Amino acid sequence: MADKVLMKGNEALAEAAIKAGCRHFFGYPITPQTEISAHMSKRMPKIGGTYLQAESEIAAINMVLGAAAAGVRAMTSSSSPGISLKSEGVSYIAGSDLPCLIIDVMRAGPGLGGIQPSQSDYWQVTRALGHGDFQLLVFAPSTVQEMVDFVFDAFDMADKYRMPAVILADGMLGQMMEPVEFRRGDVTDLPEKPWAACGHQNKREHNIVNSLYIDPPALEKLVQERYKKYEQIKETEQKAEEYLTEDADIIVVAYGASARIVKSAVNSARKLGLKAGMIRPITLWPFPDKVITRRADTAKAFLAVEMSMGQMVDDVRLAVGGKKPVHFFGRTGGIIPTPAEVLEQIKTILGGAK
Amino acid sequence: MAKMTVNEDLCKGCGLCTTACPKKIVHLSKHRLNAKGYHPAEVIEMEKCIGCAMCATICPDVAITVER
Amino acid sequence: MAVVFEKTKALTDIPFHYCPGCTHGIIHRLVAEVLDELNLTGRTIGVAPVGCAVFAYNYFNCDMIEAAHGRAPAVATGVKRARPDSIVFTYQGDGDLAAIGTAETVHSATRGENITIIFVNNAIYGMTGGQMAPTTLPGQITQTTPYGRDTNTAGYPVRICEMLSTLDGVAYAERVSVDTVKNIATAKKAVKKAFTAQVEGKGFSIVEVLSTCPTNWGLTPIEALDWLRANMIPYYPLGVYKDKTEKGVKHHD
Repeated sequence: MADKVLMKGNEALAEAAIKAGCRHFFGYPITPQTEISAHMSKRMPKIGGTYLQAESEIAAINMVLGAAAAGVRAMTSSSSPGISLKSEGVSYIAGSDLPCLIIDVMRAGPGLGGIQPSQSDYWQVTRALGHGDFQLLVFAPSTVQEMVDFVFDAFDMADKYRMPAVILADGMLGQMMEPVEFRRGDVTDLPEKPWAACGHQNKREHNIVNSLYIDPPALEKLVQERYKKYEQIKETEQKAEEYLTEDADIIVVAYGASARIVKSAVNSARKLGLKAGMIRPITLWPFPDKVITRRADTAKAFLAVEMSMGQMVDDVRLAVGGKKPVHFFGRTGGIIPTPAEVLEQIKTILGGAK
Repeated sequence: MAKMTVNEDLCKGCGLCTTACPKKIVHLSKHRLNAKGYHPAEVIEMEKCIGCAMCATICPDVAITVER
Repeated sequence: MAVVFEKTKALTDIPFHYCPGCTHGIIHRLVAEVLDELNLTGRTIGVAPVGCAVFAYNYFNCDMIEAAHGRAPAVATGVKRARPDSIVFTYQGDGDLAAIGTAETVHSATRGENITIIFVNNAIYGMTGGQMAPTTLPGQITQTTPYGRDTNTAGYPVRICEMLSTLDGVAYAERVSVDTVKNIATAKKAVKKAFTAQVEGKGFSIVEVLSTCPTNWGLTPIEALDWLRANMIPYYPLGVYKDKTEKGVKHHD
């Protein structure tokens, strides 16, 4: 039985990556995720791993591409402005069918924005973090324990499906401290990667890792095959937490740090006799539309709560399919909504809904 | 005895080999064209070839093989 | 009769797509011959650029990775850190290495990454149709300097070997040319020295190769060689700019 340790979100995530068998971290300092880099810089040299502070987030993501192409578990981490810099690299990684892990500890934007938490990179990571037709696996932890657990899932699924995975956290999760257990021990049996560019040792044909396909039919075929894979992932890998949704009149949809606030508001609402519930997406891509579509038959209204001007709410509306009204409440600029504010929204919506 | 052989399918008629040959026996064929429409390099007076491989060294298409 | 010159096994059988007389073909061959002669092909991973040599991954018989424009040294860094026993090289043009990729070039050099960069400098952007490069000469006419490069508005060319030689992480930097058979021989020696330095773990190595672009210079292949000699060599002198291959750049405690 693993011991419980009190850890800061960023550090717990970094430690989980090491336990998941990652020995190559390429990063750059940026608030509010620099602790991930700092933790890696302490741990990697002691275990024969690579910690490299790159000259920029652009260089870091390209180092990840190289290491991933050579067949190892590689990762980088950044926050919103740095994630924008990685767009090109992520498109190349996805277009080369390479697995890797990218951490986005979101802060307020746009531009240099602010350093306080936000959730305004949702579109960026779910509509594909870069040019072209592609998707990334996106996980949204809501506790420091999930900051740990999702790292293992992200690496496993990235390797299995040969695509990049993103853990979408925010400054609050990155900085807060909670007790965590490292239930999964040190991963050593990593999957074989016969496609990797790691030196053919004169024993096989040379491997080429690339994303350029100048012949249109060839490129179309490749992209279509990738999308068949995405369809399979959408069928089998959607994940969400349901909280008091069975008899809920209003279902609040929120992820990450917002979900913690929403849960508190839902509990307060229930004490007032209001039938509120929550759906907490755990995978943002594939978005858990199945559970929302199902509950759209029984609930009277939906409310999306985000630390943004409303990005995930688009996906909620799509999943509800016009069956019931979908409302939105958000704070931005680095402001975290309070349970009281969310409760007010719930009251207003249920008060009006007849 | 020495000889150079041009793989005429690979030759692009760039002419670099004609500048490198110390015996000045490499020329672009005036009348023949290869499948890509280039005048391939050729040696008529092969008996003068010394097998120095300078033509092959400067050939950007690795089209020349040299024997001695 | 014995064969004294034939294609090396480190090149595939795929014919080069380069323009007639383009010196990319010579440089590819030199790199491949060195890999073959040093018996490195099996553990080599090359990183291809964006530029005319974007298809380099089809021509070298080692594992290859395609990088985004300018990012090859960062990709190479990731590969070398992941597989320290491999031999890693990048092959880049002047836009890739000295414009968009300047930061990646400088930092892989100053980190002393144990990789080898082959820098093909032809003073122009070939693939996109002949625009100004960071290494385009003052007064040189290109598609985007139709009246000749005006240093007042477009600035001065950058001398990469000189610039990188100021960095302590650089173990070997040499500028060579492939305009004559003699210079080609010197170029091959430089490439061999660079890869040998990598094998011995000495640090970062770069070979800058002055090259022609007949198509975009508007010259025949032979005229292009003359132009290189007359204009590029005076501005970009040939020679060794850094040689710390004896001791290397790493300290071993």
